[in-house]
Amino acid sequence: MSGKVLTITSGKGGVGKSTTTANLALGLALAGKKVVAVDLDIGLRNLDMILGLENRIVYDVVNVVEKVCRIKQALIKDKRTDNLFLIAAAQTRDKSAVKPEQVIELTNELRKDFDFIILDSPAGIEGGFRNAMLPADEVIIVTTPEISSVRDADRVIGILEANDKKEMSLIINRVNPVLVRKGDMMSKDDVLQVLSIPLIGFVPEDENIVSYTNIGEPSILHPESPSGKAYKNITQRILGKDVPFMEIVEKKKGIIEAIISFFKE
Amino acid sequence: MFLDFFKKKKKSSAQRAKERLQIILAHERATNKAPFLDDLRKDLIKVVAKYVDIDPESIDVTLQKDNSIEVLEINIPIK
Repeated sequence: MSGKVLTITSGKGGVGKSTTTANLALGLALAGKKVVAVDLDIGLRNLDMILGLENRIVYDVVNVVEKVCRIKQALIKDKRTDNLFLIAAAQTRDKSAVKPEQVIELTNELRKDFDFIILDSPAGIEGGFRNAMLPADEVIIVTTPEISSVRDADRVIGILEANDKKEMSLIINRVNPVLVRKGDMMSKDDVLQVLSIPLIGFVPEDENIVSYTNIGEPSILHPESPSGKAYKNITQRILGKDVPFMEIVEKKKGIIEAIISFFKE
Repeated sequence: MFLDFFKKKKKSSAQRAKERLQIILAHERATNKAPFLDDLRKDLIKVVAKYVDIDPESIDVTLQKDNSIEVLEINIPIK
């Protein structure tokens, strides 16, 4: 088996990289692929909590590259599927604890046993980001429709075009249909006109994500939620299926709901 | 309220965000692609000013891509 390395990055922090990583990893695993998600945000470990696996960590990625343990010992199996494993970031070290050649060696080992190796990159464009880029076959850039996030995404795209010539695609996250309609938020087409890389998906803003993250259950486990549906579509596209982009619909209020919310406001 | 009706329709904030991004990113892409442009500009000013009287502010150094040919354009107006 020779697995594919997929890196999730963004430039700007807080746009939903780890949430995206968790959802796509779980989605691909639920679709029957053998997946390992590796948290490369050394020192700021988060993917473990988003996946609800924080209590199972014994060894982390720094232990693996320093050969304190074998890869197998650091693979944390997901609760919901036998197809998904996590290698957690170290929490007590910093980004310099992992060297580029060590990440390449690790991913080359993982390629033998997994269909997909998904790397959660740290924010920024420094060493940690470069570590996550080097082994990637494909890079998914996450942005929100906000100027700082789009600008930083453009910087990342520029760096990748100049150095690595990786295959890139874009996820536009947290699109709020009401604000887009009012002209107060860039639409997905606006963002696409600014950043000219292919779109692999857009995720509507979904207030459910907060509570899903609270309990360590990524939205893809709730396919009825808007974000769950969007992530499921992206998973299918990664698997090469041609899934049309969904229309974002504003949540329609029933007349009673409208009256209640009128009084609430 | 009804006065708004007569006002020219204002651009939406999303539209403005997009335009601002397009302008700043065009600039940033050019400098990121050729980070030497700024240094080149400074050196040119030094050399040319030795021989002719120029206004340092008016020197224009740009890198443009025309089809597949990259053109380094240097514009130095002499006083």
